[in-house]
Amino acid sequence: MLRVVLIALVLAAGLSAAKATDPIDFKIGYLRVIKPRTAISLVEVPPVNNGLAGAQAAIADNNTTGQFLGQRFSLEDVKLKDGDNPAAAVAALADRGVSVVLADLPADALLQAADAGRARGMLFFNVGATDERLRENDCRPNVIHTAPSRAMLADALAQYLVWKQWRRWFLVVGSHETDKLFAEAIRRAARRFGAKIVEERVFEDTGGSRRSDSGVVQIQRQLPVFTQQAPAYDVLVAADESEVFAGYLPYRTWDPRPVAGSAGLVATSWDASNDQWGATQMQDRFIKQFGRRMTALDMQAWTAARMIGESAARTGANSPKTTLDFIKGPDFALAAFKGQKLTVRDWNLQLRQPILLTDGKTIVSVSPQEGFLHQFSELDTLGFDRGESKCKLN
Amino acid sequence: MRPRYSLLGIAAAIALGNPAGAFTAYVSNEKGNTITVVDTDKLQVVNTIRVGQRPRGIELTKDGKFVLVAVGDDDRIEMVDVKSGEIVAILPSGPDPELFTQDPAGKILYVANENNNTVTIIDMDKRSPLAEVQVGVEPEGMGISPDGKTLVATSETTNMAHFIDVDTRRTVANVLVDARPRFAEFKRDGSELWVSSEVGGTVSVIDPAKHVVIKKITFAIPGLRSEAIQPVGINITKDGKTAFVALGPANRVAVIDAATHEVKKYLLVGQRVWHMAFTPDERYLLTTNGVSNDISVIDVANLKVIKSIQVGELPWGVAISQH
Repeated sequence: MLRVVLIALVLAAGLSAAKATDPIDFKIGYLRVIKPRTAISLVEVPPVNNGLAGAQAAIADNNTTGQFLGQRFSLEDVKLKDGDNPAAAVAALADRGVSVVLADLPADALLQAADAGRARGMLFFNVGATDERLRENDCRPNVIHTAPSRAMLADALAQYLVWKQWRRWFLVVGSHETDKLFAEAIRRAARRFGAKIVEERVFEDTGGSRRSDSGVVQIQRQLPVFTQQAPAYDVLVAADESEVFAGYLPYRTWDPRPVAGSAGLVATSWDASNDQWGATQMQDRFIKQFGRRMTALDMQAWTAARMIGESAARTGANSPKTTLDFIKGPDFALAAFKGQKLTVRDWNLQLRQPILLTDGKTIVSVSPQEGFLHQFSELDTLGFDRGESKCKLN
Repeated sequence: MRPRYSLLGIAAAIALGNPAGAFTAYVSNEKGNTITVVDTDKLQVVNTIRVGQRPRGIELTKDGKFVLVAVGDDDRIEMVDVKSGEIVAILPSGPDPELFTQDPAGKILYVANENNNTVTIIDMDKRSPLAEVQVGVEPEGMGISPDGKTLVATSETTNMAHFIDVDTRRTVANVLVDARPRFAEFKRDGSELWVSSEVGGTVSVIDPAKHVVIKKITFAIPGLRSEAIQPVGINITKDGKTAFVALGPANRVAVIDAATHEVKKYLLVGQRVWHMAFTPDERYLLTTNGVSNDISVIDVANLKVIKSIQVGELPWGVAISQH
């Protein structure tokens, strides 16, 4: 019996034709919290199936591949209310034979889900949360992150601004907790890449609605006043994940300056305008299937589900352990329309990825920028590097 | 001093084709929507032909009378008369055609349709589609065995080389290769199939009878990070001894001993090199360098890059007349 197992392992590990693997059925969970869908711009209000559609697109891709291998993939969508503890939902998924889960959850809920699933041997993909602490002090050995962290996004933006010689930044920060976390990542990026924050202001959320019939008249008066009397600066960087003010800044600043961060030039894992590296095919396929454009969250979920499919195709297995081991291993490389292979940082299970810089209409640039060098991978100039990380995976 | 050619003389030379011994290369310029025509004897541009939108895959018909070019954004393949430089016919390729290949007789065209995961089979005489074969996600590379019996399509997101029996039009084997397989090329004796994986950074050498990968060729260039080494185009000499692999943003072509599968040399060419073609006498190998808008000319016997020729915007593919 042992000999049979050994031979099977040798066959699976070697260079083999895509056949003779046993048929598998891979059930994947999709766990998400339904949040209010808000955005300053009417055209940027997130779709109801934001993220989920990306996972479904990847499941379709996995099944196209799977028809040649006898592999079938399915997705189970589980919706939670904001503030719910996901432990019960995780246990229910495990009872139904789902042990690999894509999670679009806030940081605390993600940790609750991961810890509840750990006892059952479950593997999670964080597709939505950008919080640094999930990759640092609060990292988990059963959570892979396809969402880029705030530091990765801020570093990607900072490299471009510094390359552009826009080194003097006017930082405007929202009053919500997530805004402050993004601002912290921006300050760190400025220190790392030699930019200077010459002025910092807080934009208080006074609770007004984002839509009103004569709002534009007031906004046109308020924003210039808010941004006046700043010291000389090259670019205004806004930290407003809460969608309270940043979208109003372009063209309304007191001084004629470009805006970046949460509006203007935005760092993101994906944009519907990306047409390089074969991305047009992905965009076309997505629009055909869902009748809308592909968002960053969709791409983060697509990537996670494709990583699962890639592992299954290469290993012939559907267990969480095999999936994690393969993705952490030296043979894993994913093609995801970013111009180079994506791999995983073994110290905190964060996906290495180029970051797009977009104005919402075109891709302005892609970071890492030329000249930001690294001894291992230039992608590791984005975010916390191995030597800086506080993550302990055990 | 040699007399200069008159404009009339040049026009006549184009109209009548080139003198014996000279071949003509046709370069598709993806962004320029043109084909650049190059005299491979003089190594000079002799004409530019306007075609449809986003020309990529390019080949000559087996009789040498027409250039076939896939114009993806127009969802078709155009036939250009090599004598007149005019588009004389349109083939119904299916949506967004990129690469295609012909059967050895030149009667059948096989086209990869990336948007609907199929290979379209086209009757060239009737100019009508015969059948579609379902393959993996985003088929791209298309290779045909020297005996014309087996078609290979590579699927970029499924990461497989699909072996298709051309008679039954069914897939008979599916071989997993590394990420984003772009191109498939048989050795002339049919003994090996080479498949490049752009994102994986390798070339898989496949035994086409057993359908197994027998060797994975890897590349290492001092001073270049591994992510920049992205193999795409593969050309193997007729004698099966030497292979050339274009390495994309590494700006180099790898020279490989095709018997031992060992990399012998890296030749520095233009920026983002993708596809290549030999002159029929295998004196030269031409490479398309997308970012630098030029083609490099490799002296095959001496393994040296001897010239760069400016072509149109974003050169993608190249085909060379056999006559």
